[in-house]
Amino acid sequence: MDLKLSTERGGIQSPSPVGVPNQSSKVTRLRSKLGAYGFMAPAVVLIVLFFFIPVIILFILSLSDLKSANFGTLQWWLPSNWSLVNYTKIFADRFFSKFLGNTLFYVLTTLALFNFGTALAIALLTTHINRRAGFVFRLMWLLPRLTPSVIYILMWRRIASRVPHGIINQFLGPLGITSGEDLVTALPWLFVIVVNGLIGASFGLVIFSSAIEAIPRDFLRASKVDGGSTLQTIRFIILPMIRWPILFVLTFQTLSLLTSFEQILLLTDGGPGLFRTEVWALRAYHLALSTESGNTQWGYGAAWAVILVIIGIGAAVIYMRVFKFDELVQEPKIDLI
Amino acid sequence: MKVKLENLSKRWGKVVGVEGINLDINDGEFVVFLGPSGCGKTTTLLMVAGIYKPSGGIIRFDGRVVNEVGPKDRNIGMVFQSYALYPHMTVMQNISYPLRLMKTPKSEMIERSQRVADMMGIGELMDRRPAFLSGGQQQRVALGRALVKEPELLLFDEPLSNLDARLRLSMRSEIKRLQIDLGITSIYVTHDQVEAMTMADRIAVMKDGQLHAYDTPTEVYDRPRTLFIARFVGNPPMNITEVDVSQTNGAYHASSEGLELVIPADRGEKAAAKGSVMMGIRPEDIMIDSEGIPGEVFGVEPLGRDHLIDVKIGDIHYYLLVDPSLNLKSGDRVKLGFNTKKCQFFDKKTERSLLWN
Repeated sequence: MDLKLSTERGGIQSPSPVGVPNQSSKVTRLRSKLGAYGFMAPAVVLIVLFFFIPVIILFILSLSDLKSANFGTLQWWLPSNWSLVNYTKIFADRFFSKFLGNTLFYVLTTLALFNFGTALAIALLTTHINRRAGFVFRLMWLLPRLTPSVIYILMWRRIASRVPHGIINQFLGPLGITSGEDLVTALPWLFVIVVNGLIGASFGLVIFSSAIEAIPRDFLRASKVDGGSTLQTIRFIILPMIRWPILFVLTFQTLSLLTSFEQILLLTDGGPGLFRTEVWALRAYHLALSTESGNTQWGYGAAWAVILVIIGIGAAVIYMRVFKFDELVQEPKIDLI
Repeated sequence: MKVKLENLSKRWGKVVGVEGINLDINDGEFVVFLGPSGCGKTTTLLMVAGIYKPSGGIIRFDGRVVNEVGPKDRNIGMVFQSYALYPHMTVMQNISYPLRLMKTPKSEMIERSQRVADMMGIGELMDRRPAFLSGGQQQRVALGRALVKEPELLLFDEPLSNLDARLRLSMRSEIKRLQIDLGITSIYVTHDQVEAMTMADRIAVMKDGQLHAYDTPTEVYDRPRTLFIARFVGNPPMNITEVDVSQTNGAYHASSEGLELVIPADRGEKAAAKGSVMMGIRPEDIMIDSEGIPGEVFGVEPLGRDHLIDVKIGDIHYYLLVDPSLNLKSGDRVKLGFNTKKCQFFDKKTERSLLWN
């Protein structure tokens, strides 16, 4: 049966005289298609239920003016209640440039110093020392990521709090470096970036170190014999060979930093003062989900979030097309001879 | 440059890589490290390159101890089995890489790289990437990169094992000719005894991390120092059999089941002192001889120019090469003559040759 089917498909030049084998081949084809869809169904249902539908609702919400004041009376799902007012409001916001600037500063600084910089430095370091020691060292860098956010942030609050509780103050206070005040309030950006960066570095660290370890040793030996110092070997051989993982980490982490806000929420809540560390995603949260202001603006907040979603989808398309992300996942893009 | 290894060892914890290697390499000499995989030949080479640090012993370049000198400061060129051509660089960039690291002025860098590439016959491939080259071309680029900084020592780690048989043959003679022309001291690692025999000035035969012999190819073939070398070098391999050697009436006799040979005094004297020893004789030193010892043909393998036949004398098999026109078949009775001037004798316990010292 199977054999017949395959010759049927291949042999276009000999049209089958009777309909019977054709019909059975159609059934088999249908069955194999159903099988494929059957296996994909759970994932498709999940994606539709928890991504596509929420995004559509979010988008519709962003066109409406739903807020706690008119909740229950505004029929936000009716197109007659839709407009682009929320979007023009975003750009007209008095603090728009502040939020945008905060976001860019937060994303670029954290990315450069930690999610990329520290990750690469530690990856290079741990792949140049004893293998087991390197592994243990890398494992330690995963701890911040493994710790629940609330506990992790509470820990930092305690580390940075004022005398006599703060650990940093206890050490640096007597040396006259700190004056004993609460350090998160005194240096909010420093702590926002360090606290997030220590979590974020582990992602790039894992990707970079496995990419470096995948480089065949002969290349590194050849470079040394050719006269290369360790730094020259890193610059001329290792970095070019892991350029795809580097691009991947840079783009993926940019996106991840753009949309993450819970550490900032817990650490500074966007303060101190007026929006000192308020980033885009946190702004969306505050408007749409925080009840502290007494007036929760679901519609307006949704518009802030939609812009992040659009950036995210755009980046996803870029991954697929430009960086050929699917190929990247299949095998390391270190081209071997 | 002269290279001297003194009592060189490499251990990883309890695992022994190589143990107590002593070796002298003269200026301009071509030395081959020969041995089966895992014998420590590459480990030794990597220590000479400076990539592995010795656990014990001393490496000297022209008398200077280089144990603590990094590979980049040893002025060596190396060709890897995998070629290790940098895939993101063109042929030009690959060849000029060692010069770039020395911060050579650009025009000089290009000129020297082009000259080496022309010498290697790949001068017109400079803009290609390694992935777009054939195996033989990649091999030449690897050689060019090793030669471009005019090293004082060339190291080869099984450079021909990834090439097809014909290309291997031509590259073999090309490398040898190049080495003679340039006169650069060279160490060449291989498990291929033909490569070793054809290219080497001297062969260092290694096994289980130890140096078994360090002799000229002729000595390695004609007077192997250990039973291992006798078995390893030569194709078809040497016949090895257990014999009793005794002296009667001033003549030395080697005997085993159905075999009785008179052997020259210079070869038999030490063997007679031991009594029971291992005797080795190469297939080409056994021939069909109407005056010889009777046996029965057990198997015939046509090799083209010769037939390799397996003859049973008693219960022992002897391999020899015969003229195909004799048309021998299994079951034929033949008589064998032995060229006893080429007999080898080995101590059964130490497996060392009784022909040396």
